[in-house]
Amino acid sequence: MKNKGLTKVDLIFEKVDLKEVLTKAIKMSSDEIIQQVLLSGLKGRGGAGFPTGLKWKYASVEKEPDKYIVCNADEGEPGTFKDREILDRVSYKVYGGMAIASKAIGAKYGIVYLRGEYRFLLPQLMKELESFHKTIDELGYNFRIRYCLGSGAYICGEESALFESIQGERGEPRNKPPYPTSSGVFFKPTSINNVETLVTVMMIIQHGAETYNQLGTKDSRGSKVFSVSGDTPTPGIFELELGMSVQQFVNEFGDGDTKAVQIGGASGFCVPRKKFNETVIGFEGVPTGGSMKLFNSSRSMYNVLHNYLDFFAEESCGQCTPCRIGTQQLLKGVQKVKKGEVKSTYLNEMVKLADTMKIASKCGLGQSVGNAFRTIVENFKEEIIY
Amino acid sequence: MINLYINDQFVSVPAGTTLLAAAEKLKIRIPTLCNHPDLCVAGNCRVCVVEQRGARTLMAACCTPVSEGMDIHTNTLKVRNARKHIVELLLSEHRSDCTRCYKNTKCELQALANEFAFGDTIFFDLVEDHAYLIDRSSPSFIKDDSKCIRCQRCVRTCSELQYISAIAVANKGAHQKISSFHNRPMSHVVCTNCGQCVNRCPTGALVEKTYIDQVWDAIYDPDKHVVVQTAPAVRVALGEDLGYDPGERVTGKMVTALRQVGFDSVLDTDFSADLTIMEEGTELLTRLKKVLVDGDKKTRIPMFTSCSPGWVKFIEHKYPEFLPNLSTCKSPQQMFGALAKTYFAKKRKLDPSKIVSVSVMPCTAKKFEADRPEMRASGFKDIDYVLTTRELAVMIKQAGIDFRILKPSSYDSIMGESTGAGVIFGATGGVMEAALRTAYEIVTGREVPFSNLNITPVRGLDGVKEATIKIEGCTSDWKFLEGVELKVAIAHGLTNANKIMKGIRQGKTQYHFIEIMACPGGCIGGGGQPIPTSMTIRENRIKAIYAEDEHMVLRKSHENPDVMAIYKEFLDRPNSHKSHELLHTHYVERDDY
Repeated sequence: MKNKGLTKVDLIFEKVDLKEVLTKAIKMSSDEIIQQVLLSGLKGRGGAGFPTGLKWKYASVEKEPDKYIVCNADEGEPGTFKDREILDRVSYKVYGGMAIASKAIGAKYGIVYLRGEYRFLLPQLMKELESFHKTIDELGYNFRIRYCLGSGAYICGEESALFESIQGERGEPRNKPPYPTSSGVFFKPTSINNVETLVTVMMIIQHGAETYNQLGTKDSRGSKVFSVSGDTPTPGIFELELGMSVQQFVNEFGDGDTKAVQIGGASGFCVPRKKFNETVIGFEGVPTGGSMKLFNSSRSMYNVLHNYLDFFAEESCGQCTPCRIGTQQLLKGVQKVKKGEVKSTYLNEMVKLADTMKIASKCGLGQSVGNAFRTIVENFKEEIIY
Repeated sequence: MINLYINDQFVSVPAGTTLLAAAEKLKIRIPTLCNHPDLCVAGNCRVCVVEQRGARTLMAACCTPVSEGMDIHTNTLKVRNARKHIVELLLSEHRSDCTRCYKNTKCELQALANEFAFGDTIFFDLVEDHAYLIDRSSPSFIKDDSKCIRCQRCVRTCSELQYISAIAVANKGAHQKISSFHNRPMSHVVCTNCGQCVNRCPTGALVEKTYIDQVWDAIYDPDKHVVVQTAPAVRVALGEDLGYDPGERVTGKMVTALRQVGFDSVLDTDFSADLTIMEEGTELLTRLKKVLVDGDKKTRIPMFTSCSPGWVKFIEHKYPEFLPNLSTCKSPQQMFGALAKTYFAKKRKLDPSKIVSVSVMPCTAKKFEADRPEMRASGFKDIDYVLTTRELAVMIKQAGIDFRILKPSSYDSIMGESTGAGVIFGATGGVMEAALRTAYEIVTGREVPFSNLNITPVRGLDGVKEATIKIEGCTSDWKFLEGVELKVAIAHGLTNANKIMKGIRQGKTQYHFIEIMACPGGCIGGGGQPIPTSMTIRENRIKAIYAEDEHMVLRKSHENPDVMAIYKEFLDRPNSHKSHELLHTHYVERDDY
């Protein structure tokens, strides 16, 4: 498959005139904004990749007068730290994106749900928020944003658990349907978008969907901010055009000895060296919320897997059976396989369990535990057993 | 209407119907576990997963609403495999010492295991990975976390039905558990001991604290005279644990069984229910006189009933400023207990120290009530052991009694006679109805103006009921009540009780007399009653209670000959000095945390 190669771009962190973009957006109708975002092909940058325009369309048609736009800044996926950088450097673009979203769906209130560990950013963010509120007041646009802080639970990054958390309840995912666009925070129609998605919207409104569309591929439009970590000489935040292969990524960021890349964090997929060439980073290949972790040959993939399973057994909310107990069984299972207490064929049973978790768990957490498990076990079986 | 197919069968149901309900309509059974008809949907056990053709994931039938054109399959290979995994996972987390478990053969997890997960399991036992504690601190129930499968039925019960939240979910992931406030023992948190959680727990994680062995010991002790009393609600529910359908009245058979089990005296709590009416009715009229005529500022109305120990503890914790409104009357159980070791002992020429007083109650809070320090008016512990309806069923089975073939018999005399008014104590609104039947007659000299004495406005399963009864034609002693519209209210389930109490605290509502029962449906839905419970089951038990009332010759408490006798021979008159010593009590203010 032909791809576009690795291209660094600088759009997310580019300085823009907030007032100018918002003036443009406010003049647009709700439909026009949604149309632009639909045209851009933008998919949510948090990892799940739901088309942003569609989400807004659903929320905009709801009749309820009170609607909310929630910015998901509970960046908790292991190995991702891009939202922190975005908030740190261009929070006004996040607020701007929220204002545009509010115009699109007809919301008067915005809530930023900030990861508890990012509390140190808050004084600066609040200062910038004040100045943002001044700007929209000058433009005569009626919209207010407030902050809500998480307390360190990974599950609260799941949208409905996040709503529960905002409402002061225990952070547990809700049953779906209803979906957030009809019953979200405070059970009102809500559009919940990732930090980066909102900034991207600023970009789309500023430059127009057609310009934005020139970047990326058919299924993965635009550029994306990646959090690069692990065995790399250049860890950090990089904005790259979508559509490169893992091989091209490794050529740029690897240390020459990369044996695997974990794409999308603990809930994502492990790509082994032999599949670097054929695997595209994006929705046509392996999607990611931005976490790119490189492992070189000094790393034990057993330890990597153990670490992820330990993480999930700890961070499952505990509410549904497949996730709460399945994670514990997988963890215990790999330990026993490693110690030789059960036969190596037991891994096959565990893959079946991971499949059950994928189809029977209540939310995305339990459903995605199998991703890392399956791809690591399938590609590094010897390392798990011996 | 929404049209869909389940297992290739067409069904049309209103929007908002769940897949589970739609399947039920087609008589297709989908196994469930966390689901309970009395509680909100949780969707967390995932046992009820079904497959929508073409969908990425399975869906939980209990919490997925139908949508047009769905093509649902409840028994595909994918579903079966997932379901087997799920039940096995639950078993891996659950201490499966089934043969020693109180819930053996009555456990919903066991039934599912029997169906989906028999034989070897591929999973590891996780029970040993956790440091589980068994909390035996409550006198009413035992909480064994090692048997808990986190279905959260108890949590939902405690918050939705009872407005208490004594138990809630704590921690996450592998450490998630059902815990109390600050993980304190259950005896030291705001818990009313109502046992509604016990009624809904699918496993043996929450069970009543049993006193079966202690009662057997007493029965076999030749020195002891073991007196047993049975509460009104027991006779319409006991049958459910002994092979009958809900709503079967087994009063006579139960009395025979109790004698065969070996109790020395088989007496009826209904007697002391009638006595309660005499005491409480008089107290109400006295209070009304003090407030309406004497202008006494210290006396409070509305007066609340005090028969339900769960409710009593609720008000002690949550609305202590209203304790002066709570009737000082002990519950029928405790009135009975105080008299068993005084009046009854005297009449039967028994040494009260040799009497063991046992009560069979539909209730777990009664176990707590019997332990209250105030309940020693006889000079001894008035009630030694409280058994639930379920425990009695166990004893009958242990004794090898074939309940179905038993010939009915009657209670002993002296504290065994009762009226229909005493019987209806078991249903929500029953105490109110019984009190009105007597009080109205005391005041007017005439029967309550309702056809066949059935005061229908106070009956039924609405959460909060209100009624107004105009008092007309008072006798000369009660002229001050002439034309008064007596306002009464009834609530069952503590969430409903809270609604009433909130209104009163805010000064929004005014009543004269309020009956509150802690459990849904009143005592027939008590925490000690046979499991399972549901609205239909409770309705059937209530029907049986009113049928029992209709079949009684005497239906007004003040006509009970045993009651008349005890006033003549022992107590003098209602609210006498002696009555106050033995039959009335006081309450304590408790913390709200």
